[in-house]
Amino acid sequence: MDQRTSSDQRAAFSPVRLDTGRPETHRPSASSTDGRSTDTAASRPSAPPKRSTDDVVFDVDDVSVHYGSAPALVNVSLTIQRRKITAFIGPSGCGKSTFIRCFNRTNDLIPNARVQGRIHYHNQDLYAKDVDPVEVRRRIGMVFQKPNPFPKSIYDNLTFGPKVNRMKVDYDEVVETSLRRAALWDEVKGKLKQNAYSLSGGQQQRLCIARALTVDPEVILMDEPCSALDPIATAHIEDLMRELERDYTIIIVTHNMQQAARVSDRTAFFTAEVESENDDRRFGRLVEIDDTSKIFSNPSDRRTEDYISGRFG
Amino acid sequence: MAVSTSAPPREQPDRAFRAPVGNTIREKFTQLVLLLGTLVALAVLAILLIDIAFDGVGGLSLNFLSNYTSRFPEMTGIRAGITGTLSLMLLTALMTFPLGVGAALYLEEFAERNRWTRLLETNINNLAGVPSIVYGLLGLSVFVFFLGFGRSLITGALTLTALILPVVIVASREALRAVPREIRDGGLALGATPLQVAFRQTVPAAIPSIMTGMILSLSRAIGETAPILVAGAVFSRRADNEPWNLSESYTAIPIQIFDFVKRPQEEFQVGVASAAIIVLMTVLLFMNSAAIIIRNRYARKI
Ligand SMILES: Nc1ncnc2c1ncn2[C@@H]1O[C@H](COP(=O)(O)OP(=O)(O)OP(=O)(O)O)[C@@H](O)[C@H]1O
Ligand SMILES: [Mg+2]
Repeated sequence: MDQRTSSDQRAAFSPVRLDTGRPETHRPSASSTDGRSTDTAASRPSAPPKRSTDDVVFDVDDVSVHYGSAPALVNVSLTIQRRKITAFIGPSGCGKSTFIRCFNRTNDLIPNARVQGRIHYHNQDLYAKDVDPVEVRRRIGMVFQKPNPFPKSIYDNLTFGPKVNRMKVDYDEVVETSLRRAALWDEVKGKLKQNAYSLSGGQQQRLCIARALTVDPEVILMDEPCSALDPIATAHIEDLMRELERDYTIIIVTHNMQQAARVSDRTAFFTAEVESENDDRRFGRLVEIDDTSKIFSNPSDRRTEDYISGRFG
Repeated sequence: MAVSTSAPPREQPDRAFRAPVGNTIREKFTQLVLLLGTLVALAVLAILLIDIAFDGVGGLSLNFLSNYTSRFPEMTGIRAGITGTLSLMLLTALMTFPLGVGAALYLEEFAERNRWTRLLETNINNLAGVPSIVYGLLGLSVFVFFLGFGRSLITGALTLTALILPVVIVASREALRAVPREIRDGGLALGATPLQVAFRQTVPAAIPSIMTGMILSLSRAIGETAPILVAGAVFSRRADNEPWNLSESYTAIPIQIFDFVKRPQEEFQVGVASAAIIVLMTVLLFMNSAAIIIRNRYARKI
């Protein structure tokens, strides 16, 4: 059993911040071949059928989200597999961002958002009364659509997380490890004291990914992480995701069908349809979730096929 | 190129982009009116400054800065006013900064949006428009009498704090609101508490604008005469008073200017008063430049 596994089964998110008993933060970066993978979803080996409960990181059961009285997303149930990349796709406004925010309780910060249903994280109810949302957000990291480095030096961007979490680590080491993992080290190692705003958009986004890694999360949520980037920077980030998949569970929202096909192991398709003739309110629903190869070659729902082939959305 | 001969030329290109004649005249006229308005304002200011400079330069000397007031115009000085203004400024800044930023932080980052906070906001905005002499009366009744601080330095500083606090709160809230939402999200996503995000990310990012607002408010405060006059400032302080003693009587440069112009001798009314005005203007100019420098320095950084 490696450290990762033991950290997965750490104690519940107690309202008291867990400072002790946390396993050593930084795994030595996996000696990885930086293979720019060219294989497509179809050619990748599909997930092994073994589905022990240990493989399930999130178990989402009948989740609905309302903004005020307006439903944004209704009755979603699915599971998220460990160390897999799960992509959420679907037309604009179908509630993908709303849904991904449920996984680290960011919706709590939106005053009129209300989450119903159950989300279990390793058999722990994320929305239980004694769960501290701050601790949830540390264990489940997030990368946003627009790169959002802090207006500080690259170094300070990366030490903020460990500092506020009072992690007893060597900051220099955290900075180097996380930058190496985010494939940014070589580009910035000589200018760690420079303001992060001086980096290019793609570098900023990789910095944000590196920043998410500094607090040693198990899961990384990414809401359209490449939508502000050019194709080369996007390819960088995609390679990076494939690399991180060895150690992290990743959920990504994307509008880019090819991207979902290229990077993800599983794909969930959401839609927002008018429910009935006399009511034109729309709310998001999960249509289906399956292995990416299946979704893109032989989806079981007609609407998925239409969307993927560009006939709708 | 045998093509062009077949198609007749449509219109001369230099005519195609010409603005209609009426538009140009209207535009020129408006610009002229605006320019005139600016010039009038500048001219008045320039005349004022030149007049004061002519009258006052002769009175400026090291002795004028280091002497206490005297009955004789050639021996008088504004040392009491300078130390008083400096200590008022420092005390007011020390009290306004935490109160103003704290209130702004609460209202902007933590307060629930409900009827009470809206009422509070409206009141703060209205307070920013209350005439300064009203704050003097407040200082007199609350600090001098009710709290028993008497006509002392701390009363003056508290009065000025009350005067500029609403403006500082409003300016600080604007500064906090200008910090992008994404920075807060980024901090929270790393497992920082809202309080940690506020103090380590939001406030530091807003500090340049907050400081600009602070300095501009302070420079307004130290130019004020009416409120501290009502709240017990004296015209001249005895030489053996300690200038930083909170419970001693106090004065300030604008108060001394007021004193000089009230005196019967013409030397005081013109020469001495103008010299004091030059000193006051210099202090204000320094503060405003500091505000601009801070703003530019940080504006470039982000
Ligand atoms: N803070 C909010 N307050 C009120 N309604 C909201 C809020 N955020 C989202 N909504 C509504 O919820 C629905 C789903 O929005 P969401 O942002 O989750 O969609 P999305 O699938 O991420 O869309 P996109 O692909 O354009 O990002 C939309 O109808 C939107 O108007
Ligand atoms: Mg979205």
